[in-house]
Amino acid sequence: MQENTHTMNITVNGVNYEKEVPVRKLLSDFLREDLGLTGTHVGCEHGVCGACTLFVNGEAIRSCLMFAIQADGADVTTIEGLERNGELHPMQESFSECHGLQCGFCTPGMMMAAIDFLKHNPNPTEQEVKEGMSGNICRCTGYKGIVDSVLKAAPLISKLETKSKVF
Amino acid sequence: MSIDIQSKPTETPSKDKKWVGSKLNRLEDKRLIRGKGNYMEDLKPLPNIHHAAILRSPHGHARIKKIDYTKAIDIPGVRSVLVGDDIRDWVKPFPVVADNPGKYFPMAIDKVRYVGEPVAVVIAENQYVAEDALDLINVEYEALSATVNIEEAISEEAPLLHEEEGTNVAIQRNTKFGNVDEAFEEADTVVKERVVFNRFTCMPLETYGVIGHWDSSNHAANIWCNFQGPFSMHAVMAKALGVVPNKLRIMVPSDVGGGFGIKITIYPYSCLITLASRKAGVPVKWIEDRRENLIGSSSGTDRVTYMEMAAKKDGTITGVRYKIMDSVGAYIRPPEPGTIFRPYGNYSGPYKFRNVELDLTAVMTNKVPTGPNRGYSCGQLYHALERTVDKLAHTLNIDPVDLRRKNILEPSQFPYTTPTGGYYDVGDYPAVLNKLLKSADYKQLLKKQEEMRKQGRHVGIGISLAVDPAASNMGYMDVGTPKDHSNKERPKSGSSEAATITIDYGGGITVTLNTAPQGQGHETVAAQIVADQFGCSPYDILVTTGSDTGTRAWTIASGAYSSRFSGTAANAILMACEGLIVKMKKVASHLMECSTENLDVIDGKVVHKEDAQLSMSLKKLAGIIHWNPTILPDEISNGLTHTSYFSLDSVKPVDENGRVNSSGLYSFAVDLALVEIDKKTFELNILKYYMAHDIGKSLNPQIVEGQLYGGMLHGLANTLYEEMVYDKNGQILTGTLMDYTCPTSAESIDLEIDHLETPSTLTPLGARGTGEVATMTVPAALTNAVNDALKPYNVVINDLPITPSKLFSILKEAEK
Ligand code: FES
Ligand code: FES
Repeated sequence: MQENTHTMNITVNGVNYEKEVPVRKLLSDFLREDLGLTGTHVGCEHGVCGACTLFVNGEAIRSCLMFAIQADGADVTTIEGLERNGELHPMQESFSECHGLQCGFCTPGMMMAAIDFLKHNPNPTEQEVKEGMSGNICRCTGYKGIVDSVLKAAPLISKLETKSKVF
Repeated sequence: MSIDIQSKPTETPSKDKKWVGSKLNRLEDKRLIRGKGNYMEDLKPLPNIHHAAILRSPHGHARIKKIDYTKAIDIPGVRSVLVGDDIRDWVKPFPVVADNPGKYFPMAIDKVRYVGEPVAVVIAENQYVAEDALDLINVEYEALSATVNIEEAISEEAPLLHEEEGTNVAIQRNTKFGNVDEAFEEADTVVKERVVFNRFTCMPLETYGVIGHWDSSNHAANIWCNFQGPFSMHAVMAKALGVVPNKLRIMVPSDVGGGFGIKITIYPYSCLITLASRKAGVPVKWIEDRRENLIGSSSGTDRVTYMEMAAKKDGTITGVRYKIMDSVGAYIRPPEPGTIFRPYGNYSGPYKFRNVELDLTAVMTNKVPTGPNRGYSCGQLYHALERTVDKLAHTLNIDPVDLRRKNILEPSQFPYTTPTGGYYDVGDYPAVLNKLLKSADYKQLLKKQEEMRKQGRHVGIGISLAVDPAASNMGYMDVGTPKDHSNKERPKSGSSEAATITIDYGGGITVTLNTAPQGQGHETVAAQIVADQFGCSPYDILVTTGSDTGTRAWTIASGAYSSRFSGTAANAILMACEGLIVKMKKVASHLMECSTENLDVIDGKVVHKEDAQLSMSLKKLAGIIHWNPTILPDEISNGLTHTSYFSLDSVKPVDENGRVNSSGLYSFAVDLALVEIDKKTFELNILKYYMAHDIGKSLNPQIVEGQLYGGMLHGLANTLYEEMVYDKNGQILTGTLMDYTCPTSAESIDLEIDHLETPSTLTPLGARGTGEVATMTVPAALTNAVNDALKPYNVVINDLPITPSKLFSILKEAEK
């Protein structure tokens, strides 16, 4: 069996890559294995847990449900791309301050989902956060720290210039 | 905006305030929020690592007639295939404490006994090719009938999983403490209850991961895996793999994506992948996928309990009989059958009664083998005990809170030895209960409930108490040792942990642990302890966690399980600091020409007690010890490294009366819930949830709160949402996250938490366990609350999970 491959061009966290990739390779595997960006975690590989969430062309997607070649020509932001010029994104700062993580495995996907959520609802209530974040599973925190983190990050993100908001 | 989280702790201790006890933000977060964690799947420790895919049994029970993998091996990129026949000569069955355990190997040989049991392993150059090859392996099975129900599996007619044993009962023990029969004969009231606890899995978000490397030149195994301890499993693995202990090296990365017990039982897979490496002649990596995790890794035990409780008319409980039957699945996977023995010392919970009968049975069924699941069998225990206490209250028409108040231990009874051998060092249980009742304004709550009931709402209040056992005794399983091999020959005991601290030539402090944490914040708490001892900033301290049995100090009990860090490793860290301080004072006393007695360590300096001007920085002292050791007296050894071992002395071997203090430390907790059953959807709404605890000294209140919330959600999942469902053929119906439904933020609840800090007398830092306690109280509190809501209808629900469909049926039935 000969692997079918495709040469693709992709920009990840501002860096441009040209790579030959097996057509069936998942975007999550491609980022982790071919680019060494292991911050994107895979928790279920069937689109339920949200651990693999990242941004493709400004849209939050589940990278375990996408082939790498579907991102040919795309602009991708992973967790490694949140920190800009040595400055943490307010979501990262809030997660640490509000104890929004324990094992840290859900965290990259959780923060990406949270940034996406605030994009659509910049000034949410607690109940809205609970509902808006319900697409991502965390087994450690009981969600308390996560909800607090998102609420804390919301006004900080609103203050940011659009360019540095990631999406 | 410039943000440096490392310089912004939530609380900054002042001169007389310590880091220990402060809400320091976690050190681990620095890498984890940046996506720079170091998890199992991220590791590439060796060249030429190949990848494994596992072919698993589609049958609940079947004989393997033939395996043909010729087509699979022909795929380019496939290196090898491992099957049961290959391992016959390479492994011994895992050693087990049970009378009729059957033989348990890392993969099926001849027969499969649960859906998901490994049958073949393909080793290929990458994961995709390995999975392609699975489809080309042809296995011929002869299907056999299966047994999945606990009480049926015990019956004579049930199909036998391990024919050679002649029974599905792996182990049964009946033991009486005190005068149980007398207590029941003389009782004014006896209440009986049957309760059923569901099988669910802790399902950490990170699945199992292993890299196995068989070193044929040394007959040795090097294994990387996200194991959580206890390292007593090292002995189980070494025995199975046929290697001497020092030729088995287990390494755990610094970051593990949750464990909750399941990662204790990764070792059969660690062995399997190492055997695959042995066959293929290359290092082999395997990352479990979610479906494999749900069908084949490990789950908590489903249990049926028949409770009997004897009492006087005034509500004084005089005796309890437990008849416990656990479905441990198709094999006994150590530390199983610990499920029936783990709470041995606290089977009487927080109560005064002295007469207890334990009738404990572990039954084999065609389900995935079980293992510890956060709160290891204490969720089951308190669910049964607290349901029965409520039934007694109901029967005697006494308020459930008053009944408990009457029966809980008084402060004057401590230190208290339980009828089964547990040793509770200190506590004020009534004070914790009162704290909770005050926060909840219990009387007001009862009134509110009355009003809501009048409006036709199904509202209930439930309370539950628990004594949470932490730091398990390495010897507790000896209560189950088969009668024909006396455990007197090789008694076991202890609950110990090691810590090593090094101060380098620049005064930099490194703490090295073998505690293999999975998110509990060991790095942070270790740094807090060390910072207090040396008077420096916790951010300047480097803490290495994970594990490496080849190069670090570790003990049989090492690991992050049984809520043990705060009561064990934390103290070892403290002692290692003290060891180094003694040495540095000696050096300083020599250089400063004074006695060590006159010296103190303050703010990173050794200071003369009477003359604060006379001081030397630790950095300077470290520099001298490393760079200029010849100026020091001979009795001062070179180097600045100290390893300490801390062991809880109260955990002794099983005594001559069959009693054992199964845990080193016992916390106390009370929960109270106000719930409402939605009349349209039959969903359970949790209107209020209160907790009060005595966990001893809280080392980091932020981490403690996180553990309580995490444990609460685990209990919520257990009580309302999660169940591994099998059909009568042993087919699992909950093999993906589409069918196995986990609570999300939308289902999460808020807690009102109170603490009473009574420091433990057994540990220098005074801390006990926290991480599992909420899993022990939540199922009982919620079940009691639901039943209180159902009280006007005279119906009872005792089987978990309590789903809307169950509530719908029971209420519809009652309305008829
Ligand atoms: S790994 Fe992609 S959603 Fe779970
Ligand atoms: S922090 Fe562990 S899964 Fe969320």
